[in-house]
Amino acid sequence: MSNDFRTCPDTGFKIHLPADKLIKWNAVTAIVFLLIGGIFGLLVALTRWPAVHILPPDLFYLALTAHGLDVLLVWVIFFEIALLYFTSAVLLNARLVGPKLGWLAYVLMLGGALMTNVAVLRGDSSVMFTSYVPMQAAPDFYLGIILFAVGALIGCGLFFATIIVAKKERTYEGSIPLVTFGALTAAIIAVFTILAGAAILVPTLFWSMGLIAHIDTLMYKVVWWAMGHSSQQINVAAHIAVWYAIAAILFGAKPLSEKVSRFAFLLYILFLQLASAHHLLVEPGLSSEYKIFNTSYALYLAVLASMIHGLTVPGAVEAAQRKKGFNKGLFEWLRKAPWGNPVFSGFAMSVVFFGFLGGISGVMMGTEQLNIIIHNTIYVPGHFHATVVTGTTLAFMALSYWLVPTLWQKELFLPGIAKWQPYLFGIGMALVSTFMMGAGTLGVPRRHWDISFADAAMGFDFPAAAYLMMGLNGISAIVAALGAMIFIINMVGTLLLGKDKVPAAAAPEEPVAPAAPPASAATSYGSAGTMEVPGTFVLALIFLVSFILYYFVNWKYLASVWGLS
Amino acid sequence: MADPGTGAPPPETGGDTGEPIPFMQQLLDNPLLLLFIGVVSPTVLYILWGLMEIVAIPMAQ
Amino acid sequence: MAIFPPKERIWWNTPVEKTEVMWVTIALIWALVMFFMMPYWHLTGDQNLSNEAYKISADAYAEKTEKMAALYKVREEGDTGIPVVAPPAGSDVYMLGRLWEWWPVLELEAGKTYRLHLSSLDWQHGFSLLPENINIQVHPDYEMVVTVTPKNPGEYGIVCNEFCGAGHHTMVGKIYVK
Ligand code: HEM
Ligand SMILES: [Cu+2]
Ligand SMILES: [Cu+2]
Repeated sequence: MSNDFRTCPDTGFKIHLPADKLIKWNAVTAIVFLLIGGIFGLLVALTRWPAVHILPPDLFYLALTAHGLDVLLVWVIFFEIALLYFTSAVLLNARLVGPKLGWLAYVLMLGGALMTNVAVLRGDSSVMFTSYVPMQAAPDFYLGIILFAVGALIGCGLFFATIIVAKKERTYEGSIPLVTFGALTAAIIAVFTILAGAAILVPTLFWSMGLIAHIDTLMYKVVWWAMGHSSQQINVAAHIAVWYAIAAILFGAKPLSEKVSRFAFLLYILFLQLASAHHLLVEPGLSSEYKIFNTSYALYLAVLASMIHGLTVPGAVEAAQRKKGFNKGLFEWLRKAPWGNPVFSGFAMSVVFFGFLGGISGVMMGTEQLNIIIHNTIYVPGHFHATVVTGTTLAFMALSYWLVPTLWQKELFLPGIAKWQPYLFGIGMALVSTFMMGAGTLGVPRRHWDISFADAAMGFDFPAAAYLMMGLNGISAIVAALGAMIFIINMVGTLLLGKDKVPAAAAPEEPVAPAAPPASAATSYGSAGTMEVPGTFVLALIFLVSFILYYFVNWKYLASVWGLS
Repeated sequence: MADPGTGAPPPETGGDTGEPIPFMQQLLDNPLLLLFIGVVSPTVLYILWGLMEIVAIPMAQ
Repeated sequence: MAIFPPKERIWWNTPVEKTEVMWVTIALIWALVMFFMMPYWHLTGDQNLSNEAYKISADAYAEKTEKMAALYKVREEGDTGIPVVAPPAGSDVYMLGRLWEWWPVLELEAGKTYRLHLSSLDWQHGFSLLPENINIQVHPDYEMVVTVTPKNPGEYGIVCNEFCGAGHHTMVGKIYVK
């Protein structure tokens, strides 16, 4: 091989050096923006704590705009670009096609992110990251996002080019790994996302420059959410790919069945993006047929896919653990899992919170009629902090605990406190989600500076429970923010101050079975080549029962409000 | 972990190595086709359908 | 392992183990139940948004609203100068959102049905009827019509829950139900 490659002493992968460098820079930049966005998030949460109310209104709306942009767009997408390079070049032992373009992408994304941040911090573009027309931001606000998106599109292009060239150059045989297939799903959704974004943000930029007179508010929303919601679906596909990767890295877990898992990703490619209609369920003028078909991802087929991953990811772990001999009862495999390893604990909480908190609430509020009782309440941010924070962000954190020491060949800076960090962040954030959802069911609005309406001509008295929940939300936000800070310090510390890893003497061992594999392990089912996964099945049934109960409770609640027709 | 190169399946070229690859597997192994489907289907079902409905909203009297 | 290519050349034909088959079947059934709940509620439920909507200019909508307000005004709301309007049951009732108020205040009768029209004169606003927690998006240039049947007498707040600029948190309106 050319000396453009190094062999990873931990994994045996042949790593293309230009890819290595791009992965590192994209990941580090992501983490820096998580820091910036996290600080804004904490300020927002403290302002929404009525007893603390830390920011004045103009700064609150400014901070909220910056928070949404820096975490949702910049942190998540920079990390995802790093993941795309990792899952293509590294996992396929291939060269990254066009590293120079990779740097162009990086510069465009960074420049765009900074440009939009400057526009927001200047104070004349506090329009929220959704920037609904006819509210107008300064042109550089839109231009920054467009540049960022162009950069991300180039990154996706390199991912596609790399898998195709790798196949030609035969750096791998047969099909791409499942994790890469998940990343492919994310990249496909990303291309749609970015094209839709261009279709709406470019005219909006011209409008803000005075070159276009009018933008239709409804059309803006339809196209904007093709970007806004699909970008969340990139996250889902990406973090599920990360789940599969972590199960493989930690346990040597094989997918239960390549066919089922890949088919579930195919359902994502086909249907996930339709759910952009979640944001249009109480808009005027769109038909119920349109709303029902799209909001349900055509017959809830993408929810079906998520439920499949929800079984197969822990199922793969269970199968691998049982093979190692953790075979007692339903749950020994789970009890004996490495709960002190942040890669595992972050992963486990990501799976559970994404499913139970984010998944169930998302399907509930994406139901055409049920949306009436939560639209634009703080239930909505409650829901998506469960998905994009305890789901995506926590999964990315968990992977970082493995990826950063491995790529840089450094020891973790603070290994002791790293054991606790996922719990602090994960549980803190799960509580943030829960309290926001609770307040939302009482009607507390999102993006709102003052629910006591002190400056308003007329008021409305929220019940004391609403104030209590917003207070508890503030407290939980402090815990979560602390968790985020510890993560960032640990990662940056590892890079700057971490000790060099001592190369392992021998190639790391294939996880070996401590006990003789049970007889049923010899069956020929699936790729895991093992027995059933009864523990996971029981957990899945518990999930299903919670889902059904919560879903119908909300129908009952809907039935109690004013008649509408 | 062992070297990822080991245990690789036999190359799929040279036809005589066995049965043909099933259609669904071929589809799932074709990134550009998947990209095409994944971009076109939401564009039609979500964006175009939605815009058509908005255009069809009548004027108030 | 999921980070390596599948070992089998043809993995599509590998049989699927029964836990997975069972779960996929159950999940599919649940997906279909959730799907059919929506059309089912259109047929049997009492809470469905009509999708009746019109394109309209801000001026034309303001004129219609003012006409109704002048016709059925019963008093003013405190010292706000905003009229309280009590249109007859079954009639067309107009409310407009603008920076930063809901106008006018309405007085409706419990158990009676009204055609409530909603539109904005400037930016988007969020009609959030509390404590019912009924939430509807209000757009400029579009007039939405919802048929509402208030349930219980009382005083209801309308909070704006779509961010609409510096005064967003002061935008509150009211509906009385007798
Ligand atoms: C320290 C961690 C965080 C805290 C304390 C926090 C807290 C909050 C709070 C209180 C809100 C405001 C709700 C409102 O007033 O409408 C909010 C909004 C939001 N958060 Fe976070 N958050 C955190 C991290 C994140 C992360 C990591 C993401 C994404 C990956 C995220 C995405 C968002 C988005 C998209 C919004 C909506 C902004 C808008 O309405 O325009 N947050 N967050
Ligand atoms: Cu408003
Ligand atoms: Cu508002």
